[in-house]
Parts: sequence; structure tokens; C-alpha cells
Amino acid sequence: MVEHIVPATLAEALEAIADGKKEVIAGGTDLMVQRRKGAGRLPDFPDGLVYLFDLDELKYVRKTADALHIGAMTPLEELLKHPHVPNLLKTIIAEMASPALRRVATIAGNIANASPAGDSLIYLYLIDANVKLISASGERSLPIHEIITGPKTTCLTKQEIIVEITIPIHRFTHERFKKIGPRRSDAISKASFAAAAFIEEDIIRDFRVAFGAVSATVVRCKDIEETLKGTRVDALKEASRSIIERYASHIRPIDDQRSNKVYRKTVSTNLLADFIATL
Amino acid sequence: MESIEFVLNGKPVSIRRHPSARLLDVLREDFGLKGTKEGCGEGECGACAVLIDHRIVNSCCYPLAYARGKRITTIEGFAGTPRYEAIARAMGEEGGVQCGICTPGMIIAAESLLDENPKPSEEEIRVGLSGNLCRCTGYNMIVKAIRRAAKEGEGLW
Repeated sequence: MVEHIVPATLAEALEAIADGKKEVIAGGTDLMVQRRKGAGRLPDFPDGLVYLFDLDELKYVRKTADALHIGAMTPLEELLKHPHVPNLLKTIIAEMASPALRRVATIAGNIANASPAGDSLIYLYLIDANVKLISASGERSLPIHEIITGPKTTCLTKQEIIVEITIPIHRFTHERFKKIGPRRSDAISKASFAAAAFIEEDIIRDFRVAFGAVSATVVRCKDIEETLKGTRVDALKEASRSIIERYASHIRPIDDQRSNKVYRKTVSTNLLADFIATL
Repeated sequence: MESIEFVLNGKPVSIRRHPSARLLDVLREDFGLKGTKEGCGEGECGACAVLIDHRIVNSCCYPLAYARGKRITTIEGFAGTPRYEAIARAMGEEGGVQCGICTPGMIIAAESLLDENPKPSEEEIRVGLSGNLCRCTGYNMIVKAIRRAAKEGEGLW
């Protein structure tokens, strides 16, 4: 028998998935669409389903000295209004989906869906977020780039649930997010770009850049970033062309129904050039 | 199958239906509330919008499981209220309704917006409606209608 379980607590949810067979669903804005069978028919969840979105114990935003802890089922719309959520993340959320979808969409869902175009993912890569997973037998916490293993794939087992996203608090003097899509709302990114820098007395102390929808996963090149720390702003600007060339080999987009690789690569490198030019 | 209880258009209801059923189908088929439309079925057009705990949600990608304990209002439940009348009158006067299929969702979006922000700027109205598609009006008349409703219905929100 295919079981569909609506747990009242996280403990009940973990027990329900302990057999390693069922799927889990958060707000449903991706899964209900991916599995739809048409008007009047049930969506297709042949292995059973455990419904997590109404678990109130996973809806919270807590700030500690060095990090922000976001409960996995916190809707995006609440993050948009929360005083502790960093402005760069709010800028990104404001361009995700639509007001109606943001009432039920979650960052945890964006992670589990693992689309290379997932807009919150570019932020999680940029700021080195950690993701906490829990199963009936224990918990583990991994950086976002280890959680996501490829397009639409993650390292989560079928006994695990994403319970928390941890966002380290950084100081930046410059932040940038740009999403390229055909419509204000509900657009899946053709390309996306996020960057941040901390500049003190004309010296680059922190420099980070992430590109979405141009590779199998979000692209971030820490080795390039490391070589740029400690340089003067004017030297960085002079080196702009060579920095872009170093990034170019990592930007490997595809042609699909939303855009093509030439456009995606051109716009991504132009956005990087513009970010460097405006530091 | 367990029954799922919630408040629909102000009245407590109980239904035995599969928890993965789309709220949209339950509203239209089980409760006969055909004012909630199916457009894209993918959460992108807003024709299926309803109010859940008084905030706009797309019912086409909302599983019935999450209806439990919520207050759900469709266009039929909102119709007849002074707020509805103010929005509907302004939509009529500004030409915000043509073929009409997007209209219930547009009115739900307007109510969700005005309930949170009774005096929205034009930009805030455009953001509030950004998840609702209209293929007839070109949007300007709908935006004007909501500005007019907010002004003429001042004090209702």
C-alpha cells in the first residue's frame, strides 16, 4: 500500500521515512508541478509521500553571534519580511517566483530540487551556507556544495530531511545580484549572478562571485578568489580582463528552451566585468 | 482515508479526499466552487489563486494535506463583502475585466495586497500582481483599478 503521511512532529516524520522508500515534500511548488497528471487527477507519488510543510518546529529564524539559522520550512515570504535576514538574500527572494508561490516555497525545497537555476542556491554558495540533515539515526551538517552533487541531484538519503540552513554572517561593503529572466515573476533564470566584496582602505579583503544556470551546479571559484584578496582596488580593475578569462573556462552553459550558451556566457562575464568596474 | 477539516468561505468543512489532491480540484469538483480557475496548472498564471489564512496562494500546486486547520477563502466567499465590492466596482469602471478568466485570481491578489498594504504605490501594486497573468488588458487598467479601489475604499483595509 502506498502510504501518504501528514506528520504532526519532526519525530513522526523521521519515523515515517525510516523505511527509506517514501519521498518527502515541502511547500510543493516544484514537486506538485513536476508530478502533475492533469485536472482532476492525483499527482504521481508512487512510493508514498510525507508532508513536511506544516511542521511548525521547522519554521524559525534565529540569530546567533556569527550565523543566522533558518528552519527548513520557513516560507520565503517570511524571510523577505524578517529583520535578521541579510539584504542580499532579501533582494534575491524578491525576484524568486511570485508573492503567491513565496507563501509556501522554501529554501529547503530549492536545495532538494537542486536545479542549476535555483535562485536561492547562488546565495548559499556565495556565503558558504551549511545545511543540516536529520534522520532517525542521527544528524550531519554539510556545506551547500557538498549537498548538491549535480543537476537535480543531492547527497540526501531517503531517510534524511533538511532541517536547517545556516548562513554565516559576513561583512561586505559591496553586494550584487542580477537575475536574467523574461518576466518579473515566475521566471526561471536564463542566468544569474551574485557577488560580494569587502574593501578596506582600498584593499580587497574579501571577494566572492557565484554564477547560476551556467553549469551543472552553481559556479564559484575559491581558488581565483583567494588570489585576488589583498590586491588594491585599482589593480583589480586593471586586471579585470584576465580575471574574466580565468572565470570563463568555468562558465559552461548549455542551450535549452530558455536561452542559449552564447548568450548565457556573454551576459555572465559582462556582469562580472560590471561588478569589478563598480567596486 | 482520514478526513481533512478546514474553514472554507467562513464555514467549517470536512472532506475525505487523498492528501495529495490539488486544492484546486477539491474546490472545483468536491465543493463546486468554479470561480477558482485552472490556467497553466504550474503556478505561473495565478488564475487558481485563493486566500489561505488571508494570503494569496496558488491552489494548483497546493496539496490538500496542507489545508487542515486553515481558513480558505475563494472568490465566492470573498464576493459580497464591502472590500470585494470596492475592488469589483473599480475593475468595472477602469476596464480591468475583458475575457474574465484571470479576474477571480486578480481580485484575490488585490485583496491579499491591500490587506497587507492598504495604500500601495503603483510599483507595489505591480509587484502584488506579478504572479497573475492577463492576456487581454495589458495590465494598466487592472493596476489603475486597484489604485482606485484603494482610494475609494479607503478605511476598508
